[in-house]
Amino acid sequence: MVNDKLQNRKFVIGGLIVLVVIIFTIRLLSLQVFTSSYKVLADDNAFYKRILFPSRGLIYDRYGKLLVYNRPAYDIMVTMKEITNLDTMDFCNTVGITKDWFDQRMNDIKDRHINQGYSPYTPQVFITQVLPDDYARLMEKLFHFPGFSVQRRSVRDYAYDAAAHTLGAIGEVSRETIENDPYYKPGDYVGITGVEKSYESVLRGEKGVQILLRDSRGRIKGSYDDGKYDKQPVTGKDITLGLDIELQMLGEKLMQGKRGSIVAIEPSTGQILAMVSAPSYDPELMVGRQRSQLFQQLNTDPEKPLLDRSIMGRYPPGSTFKAANALIFQQEGITTKDTKVACHGGYFVGHFKVGCHIHPSPLDLEGAIAYSCNTYFCTEFRAMLDSKKFKNIEQSFNIWRKDLLTFGFGAKLGIDLPNENNGSIPTTKTYDRKHGKGRWKSLNLVSDAIGQGEVIATPLQIANLCALVANRGYWITPHIVRSIEGGTLDPRYDVKHVPPIDKWYYTNVVEGMRQSVIYGTSRIASFGDSIVVCGKTGTSQNPPHKDHSIFMGFAPMNHPKIAIMCIVENSGFGATYAAPIASLMMEFYLTRKISPARQGLETTMENTFLIPNYGSKNSIVAPAR
Amino acid sequence: MVRKIQLSHLLDKWVILIFLLMIIFGWFNVYGASYGFHQTNFWSFEYRSGKQLIWIACAFVIGGVILLLDGKYYEQLAYIFYAAVLVLLAVTIVIAPNIKGSHSWLVFGPVSFQPAELAKLATALALGKYISHPGFSLSKRQDVWWVFGIILTPFVLIILQAETGSALVFMAFFLMLYREGLPGILLLIVTVLIVLFLIVLPLSEVPIYGNVGSLGFLIALSIIFLIEIGAVVAYERDWKTARYFLLAGVLLFGIGLLLQMSYDVLFNQIALILVILSSLYLISLYIYKRKRAYIWIALFALGATAVSFSGDYFFDHVLEQHQRTRIEVVLGMKNDPQGVGYNVNQSKIAIGSGGFWGKGFLQGTQTKLKYVPEQDTDFIFCTVGEEHGFLGSVTVLILYALLLFRLILIAESHRDTFLRVYAYSIVSIILFHVLINVGMVLGLTPVIGIPLPFFSYGGSSLWSFTVMLFILLRLDVSQKMRFR
Repeated sequence: MVNDKLQNRKFVIGGLIVLVVIIFTIRLLSLQVFTSSYKVLADDNAFYKRILFPSRGLIYDRYGKLLVYNRPAYDIMVTMKEITNLDTMDFCNTVGITKDWFDQRMNDIKDRHINQGYSPYTPQVFITQVLPDDYARLMEKLFHFPGFSVQRRSVRDYAYDAAAHTLGAIGEVSRETIENDPYYKPGDYVGITGVEKSYESVLRGEKGVQILLRDSRGRIKGSYDDGKYDKQPVTGKDITLGLDIELQMLGEKLMQGKRGSIVAIEPSTGQILAMVSAPSYDPELMVGRQRSQLFQQLNTDPEKPLLDRSIMGRYPPGSTFKAANALIFQQEGITTKDTKVACHGGYFVGHFKVGCHIHPSPLDLEGAIAYSCNTYFCTEFRAMLDSKKFKNIEQSFNIWRKDLLTFGFGAKLGIDLPNENNGSIPTTKTYDRKHGKGRWKSLNLVSDAIGQGEVIATPLQIANLCALVANRGYWITPHIVRSIEGGTLDPRYDVKHVPPIDKWYYTNVVEGMRQSVIYGTSRIASFGDSIVVCGKTGTSQNPPHKDHSIFMGFAPMNHPKIAIMCIVENSGFGATYAAPIASLMMEFYLTRKISPARQGLETTMENTFLIPNYGSKNSIVAPAR
Repeated sequence: MVRKIQLSHLLDKWVILIFLLMIIFGWFNVYGASYGFHQTNFWSFEYRSGKQLIWIACAFVIGGVILLLDGKYYEQLAYIFYAAVLVLLAVTIVIAPNIKGSHSWLVFGPVSFQPAELAKLATALALGKYISHPGFSLSKRQDVWWVFGIILTPFVLIILQAETGSALVFMAFFLMLYREGLPGILLLIVTVLIVLFLIVLPLSEVPIYGNVGSLGFLIALSIIFLIEIGAVVAYERDWKTARYFLLAGVLLFGIGLLLQMSYDVLFNQIALILVILSSLYLISLYIYKRKRAYIWIALFALGATAVSFSGDYFFDHVLEQHQRTRIEVVLGMKNDPQGVGYNVNQSKIAIGSGGFWGKGFLQGTQTKLKYVPEQDTDFIFCTVGEEHGFLGSVTVLILYALLLFRLILIAESHRDTFLRVYAYSIVSIILFHVLINVGMVLGLTPVIGIPLPFFSYGGSSLWSFTVMLFILLRLDVSQKMRFR
């Protein structure tokens, strides 16, 4: 045949077919078998995960009064593709924004760099948490603005204008948190301060998810596999605080116009009954759209209303610290109940002088506590440091220090609130640095005897000391939460911490604190005859400013129900403000009222404004609740 | 009765089997691709899967009728049929409504029909008849012009309908012509030029080092130079010249590399100088030795160089923007997922997400949620890739290969030129469709809207391929009957 030679060309054509199949097979291999990213891309395309937000757990006080609950807030949403004939001016006026803000916001929404999940077919957040008035106004006219809709969200509401520091607030989750915890997504609310933060995992519940199918234009085409993979949200757990909200409110009222703190603890359980830090603010201010502006205002307030002084304030404990020293001196065999020291208006060594006030002399231990005699404690402290029982001053100092740490000083107690301060108890290194190694003597340390010098404590630590004395031998880590609905409290809040001090030594200190109320410096703390009060004043020197007024006390003397500590900054003697305020608190807590005889004192305390030209709570003129 | 028994006996079982497999698998994929979440009754004729069932049933009827007709009619009526189709094509340009920019569909009430589909068949038959004339030879100039004319007339008419995709299919006939004796070198040259074009375009702006030179031109010119050397050896056994050329290349590039330490050397210019000098040397050899091959090699080298440069010029100054972007996307010059490349990108995601085993029938989210455009017609292979994975995709490709091999076998098993030309025409057309369609879906070839034979939704395409295939089967049966 003519074509014989050309017949071989069938192999070329056949080869061409094989070549095409091979090239396509290699391409298919690389797309389907060796690249896994297409699967992810396809899922990202198709699955729209709608998050179902759980409602956040509620917060109650110790008597079951509702403190914190949820209320709906409304976000205005915009669906770009649905906007038609928008009267921008009318819209801006209705919602209460400017035209510039409107344009800026619309551009931000459309910018995929800022708003990664942008689709013109799905609703995008336009404004978060509109005010109820704006919402009401918008709802009336919403039909005029096609493309705009409203999405319900849940924000916190507060039944009482109190305990702002302790309760804390929720806010949009930070970028850092999102990176550390995949649970959170941008725009989520998370506890950022107080109980809201420390119990975030309990209160938040678990988000649910609804997996929806989304088509190429961003339209939802129904649920995936009949919702087989959907998850219902789990509501957050309610929690009950040990806090007594009425006591808390009284404390905040008494502290208004002042700087300082009150911490009240139920000694037998370690539960916090009240925790006041003044100046303060209305927790409501931290909710809603005005939040960032008000936060800024509070943040720049010179009196620092945002600072929770009760756990973050660092103060010299002053004479309340004598109770701790009295325990140690007795335990270490330096001082007995009957040790007597003469005092002639102060403690004098050469040119060195620690003043004391006028009181009978000589005094035994109880008397020294009752009259808060500086000379007594300086003498006994030096006696301990220089005692022959110990090898040298370093050793005796370290024993003193170690005992103090077992009382809860010098380190975080471990309260269930964020940002607790350590306080500070000096070490031998502190003095080595100050005076040179081996070159410091007991006289250099003598201020520590009366709670001055290098000793620093938080109000919480001082209140804890008071609880220790009230319990006569143990303390339980103070905590704010009493119970969690359907959950258990951290077991460390059941542990009794027992310092190495024998029980009967506490009796002497308690007796001294009782004497103090009967005839000593704490007389003003006494109320009624039926309840036996113990107390210890303190005047914490704070040069060059005025002294802090401090008081710690507990009642009743036997089977104490409340141990309290109060500090009023730069206000003078402990007996002037701290003792009356603390005693009013104890009276109210134990009797649920203030006796008519003491209502005058209550009014006086309430109306004493120590910060000049300042509001009762802070510098903000609060909007009406 | 006797005839029928003979027919079923003589029918090529393999082609029938593969055809049925493809039709069935194709229908399932059309069903999968057009399936919506609210669709409950997939037999309903409101849906494309239902309609496709009608088209398939009709295709079986048409196939049966063709088998019953005598094979000799196709050869006898080839020219008349071809002429009629040309007239139809011309009329279509005038009367067809504008559908997506092209005037290629004739609409009769609910039924629309694309004459271009018929044109492939008519051209295949006409070519078969013309080439089977006694004394036909591709070395006769007149015969070559006639053959080109038969191919290019419908091509031009379809271009005029603005249906470029279908028109390009007519280029497939050159593969058949290769089997019939068209010099292989022509196919090779065309291939080389296309490859050069594909290399130069995306890489012409890429610098060789720093920001100097053009990588695309360097590679293209180097390839031309190497082909020159290879050709000199292959056609003239002139090892001396080849050595000279290699030495010159090494020398010039070596000097370039040395100078590069202190100067910015344009290596693509060195390659250009090499190609031009070597071509001039070959021309002088032709004048001196009077050997034809030298001048052809030199002309090829210079021509290919011109194509490389003109390709760039052509691309930048002649093509329209939308044509440019389409080519840019295919050549990977632009990574633009939301723009022109969207279709190809989504189709790659669909196929890539299928994995080895696939997501399972009706489980493909990409296709179900309409991320892939034209997914039941031109992009039907996406559904195969997504729902049936690598396994399904390769199975389909192998089915095509088996079908084409079987058709080649049929073509070569008879001594009948008409049958062979027709069969190779069908092979070329199907291969071209598969190459362009699957290549497009895989992001390897430009987006040209032509259907995947036996798979894509639509009556015109299905019927046209069925008719082509069954005419071949009938011709095969006729030949077998004749020699029994």
